[in-house]
Amino acid sequence: MPRLLTGNRLETGDVLWWAGSDWSLHLKDAVAVDDDGEALLARLLPEERINDLTLIDVDATPDGWRPRSTRERVRAVGPSVRPDFALPSLPVEAI
Amino acid sequence: MYRYDEYDQAIVDARVAEFREQVERRLKNEISEEAFKPLRLMNGLYLQLHAYMLRVAIPYGTLDSRQLRMLAHIARRYDRGYGHFTTRQNIQYNWMKLEEMPDLLADLASVEMHAFQTSGNCIRNISSDQFAAAAADEIADPRPYAELLRQWSTLHPEFSFLPRKFKIAVTGSKIDRAAIKLHDIGLELVQNEAGEIGLKVLVGGGMGRTPMLAHVIREWLPVADYLSYMEAILRVYNRHGRRDNIYKARIKILVNDLGAAEFARQVEEEWALVKPLGLDPPPSELARIAAHFAPPVLDANAPVAIDLSNAEFANWVTVNTHPHKAPGYAIVTISLKAPGEIPGDASADQMDIIADLAQRYAGDEIRVTHAQNLVLPYVRRADLFDIWQVLKAAGLATANLDRASDIISCPGLDYCTLANARSIPIAQKLAVKLAPQEADLGELKIKVSGCINGCGHHHAGHIGILGVDRKGEENYQLLLGGSGAEDATLAKILGPGFDENGIVTAVEKVIDRYKTLRAGPAERFLDTYRRVGAEPFKEAVYG
Amino acid sequence: MAEVYRLRTDPEHTAPAVPLTDYQPGGTAVQLEPDEDARLLVPHLGALKRIDISFPKFREGRGYSSARILREAGFTGEIRAVGVLYVDQLSFLVRAGFDAVLPETPIDPAVAERTLTRFPFVYMKATDGLQPVWALREQASA
Ligand code: HEM
Ligand code: SF4
Repeated sequence: MPRLLTGNRLETGDVLWWAGSDWSLHLKDAVAVDDDGEALLARLLPEERINDLTLIDVDATPDGWRPRSTRERVRAVGPSVRPDFALPSLPVEAI
Repeated sequence: MYRYDEYDQAIVDARVAEFREQVERRLKNEISEEAFKPLRLMNGLYLQLHAYMLRVAIPYGTLDSRQLRMLAHIARRYDRGYGHFTTRQNIQYNWMKLEEMPDLLADLASVEMHAFQTSGNCIRNISSDQFAAAAADEIADPRPYAELLRQWSTLHPEFSFLPRKFKIAVTGSKIDRAAIKLHDIGLELVQNEAGEIGLKVLVGGGMGRTPMLAHVIREWLPVADYLSYMEAILRVYNRHGRRDNIYKARIKILVNDLGAAEFARQVEEEWALVKPLGLDPPPSELARIAAHFAPPVLDANAPVAIDLSNAEFANWVTVNTHPHKAPGYAIVTISLKAPGEIPGDASADQMDIIADLAQRYAGDEIRVTHAQNLVLPYVRRADLFDIWQVLKAAGLATANLDRASDIISCPGLDYCTLANARSIPIAQKLAVKLAPQEADLGELKIKVSGCINGCGHHHAGHIGILGVDRKGEENYQLLLGGSGAEDATLAKILGPGFDENGIVTAVEKVIDRYKTLRAGPAERFLDTYRRVGAEPFKEAVYG
Repeated sequence: MAEVYRLRTDPEHTAPAVPLTDYQPGGTAVQLEPDEDARLLVPHLGALKRIDISFPKFREGRGYSSARILREAGFTGEIRAVGVLYVDQLSFLVRAGFDAVLPETPIDPAVAERTLTRFPFVYMKATDGLQPVWALREQASA
């Protein structure tokens, strides 16, 4: 199962997705880290710039990544009760 | 309204400077997140699902118009144009940036506000009765006692690293609008035969995963030395409360393990040791504070009779106003629960409108209620129609106080990292479904939490809903029979849980059954439930 | 462990602190664990020169009560906080009665200095003799 690396930016709290060489605000830019996840974590953790670094499980779908947990889908889209703020990676109804 | 003097202001300003420096050290990586996290939490800053969340203290839920306008300004300048009023009379902002926090706190300090101790294992914001100084049923205004507690607990050197968070509520009336039996310490002002005011002390209430009602440990505490008595309670708790398991660390567990009588004995023993240390301020300090809370000058000739020919207005007056101490006056509750909207959320524009109304018509005061609504405490009945029209235009004239669509809801999985399930959408769906029949149902308190921590008071709901995680899916448990008022009881789980649509249907079934069972139109759902028990409802839902 | 950060000017009492359970009357240095009753030391305060109080975890807070109890009982020797402690906690520690800290991560003296002088007033009495604001108000209005 594919895995993604996510966290929140220290300065702003923004939700971030690891996009291969840098972070993106959008789940759709994420690049699967799979077996490299732990090594990446071990490198990024001591830098102390991204909070709540976590590896999460996702499914690859024709429309892109779909995090397995409701929590991560909410993080990727925004609060389901404020569709006006929704980020474009997933439709709000997909939460 | 309490006004800061040079001392209060200097302390709040120093706090802003301190946090500015702490943020700077963190941004420069001079301190680790592990060391910084407790510091930001002590300033009310959490990291939530989408961003940082800031909880601003609203001591005993009292604001003036200048402060409410500042809260609106903060919503616009630093957030996305709204804030969320909470069950502990605070406000939370959901889209905060760490790097902007110092400026934000400086803005707050400019109107005598702060975020001191709105998180962390310390003494939290002191909550109180939203109708203080206005309610006809009150013995005395509880807020001076709450303000003195606020000062005493701010940066307390001994009690800033308690086993767990500590919540105190103070009320001045037998009608409990502050849920004192569900706080770590509940204080009730009482009067003796000689007409003197004292405090009844309750300890060990709380919600969370082990809900408990508080025990009375002292029927009468002289107000002259209540702070040293608080020191004694807190010291017994700090020394002996459990620290091995955070789920067993609240004072309720200690009181329950020792028994209320033994806990009271230990407090008395400690009090005998600390009372002579001169920890209690002289009575003049309480009097100085109390003078600040004197109600505005009221119009002695305010007319009682008003034109109620507009039926919609008349209904709002019936449902959303309360009797006032002063003839010709009313207490107005502004519902933040328009069906379909997010319970407790207010936009910056709405805050400004309410601030204007308070300044113009209500003695310049606004109160926040633990049910996530706002109150104008001193309104001439003759002004009600004008106020109602302004509120109506702003979408704030929903007449549903304490009714089925006046639902308490925590932020749940839409915002909160600890959540198991969303709570706001459940509240929205229920409110829309139940609003058409709520007049017939009368008082009905529905409360929704997104996890066992119970921030949405589900244990104290006539109907409580608890979001849980069932194999990765959002699932909801139904609880019945709770109350957070003077007749406090804890709600009980009815049976197996439901999905999002299932829980809405289940609540509808409970309500339909209530309508067939109630003894008459005056019997509330809660009374019917207490009379007939859970069985008929179980049968209605699962039968 | 980093270096001890001391707010006392008298020479450091360097005797090793013995655990409370091994303490013999007349001993001059003792180590108090969070769950141990500070009041057991009250009969020995005349002999004691240093009392170390452990903070094995950041969340630990019982030591603040222990220190205050010892000061309330009249102890004037050194009370040292030992363990997981950060510079930002210094003013709480000092007000509760500590006058030395042995932290796991070093304390930057410049930050410590600013922390200790940060708040110009205090709201409540503690063991440091500072007048709470209610007393200052009282004097101002007298
Ligand atoms: C958004 C971040 C929040 C977090 C992380 C959070 C966390 C918690 C936790 C862990 C507890 C359980 C404490 C215990 O049982 O020992 C709790 C209880 C509680 N929280 Fe929250 N909460 C949050 C938001 C809120 C909100 C929005 C409200 C008001 C709507 C609120 C009001 C309460 C109340 C009233 C309780 C139960 C009373 C008690 O402590 O016994 N909290 N919270
Ligand atoms: S009850 Fe749970 S989900 Fe709701 S705000 Fe509290 S911690 Fe979050």
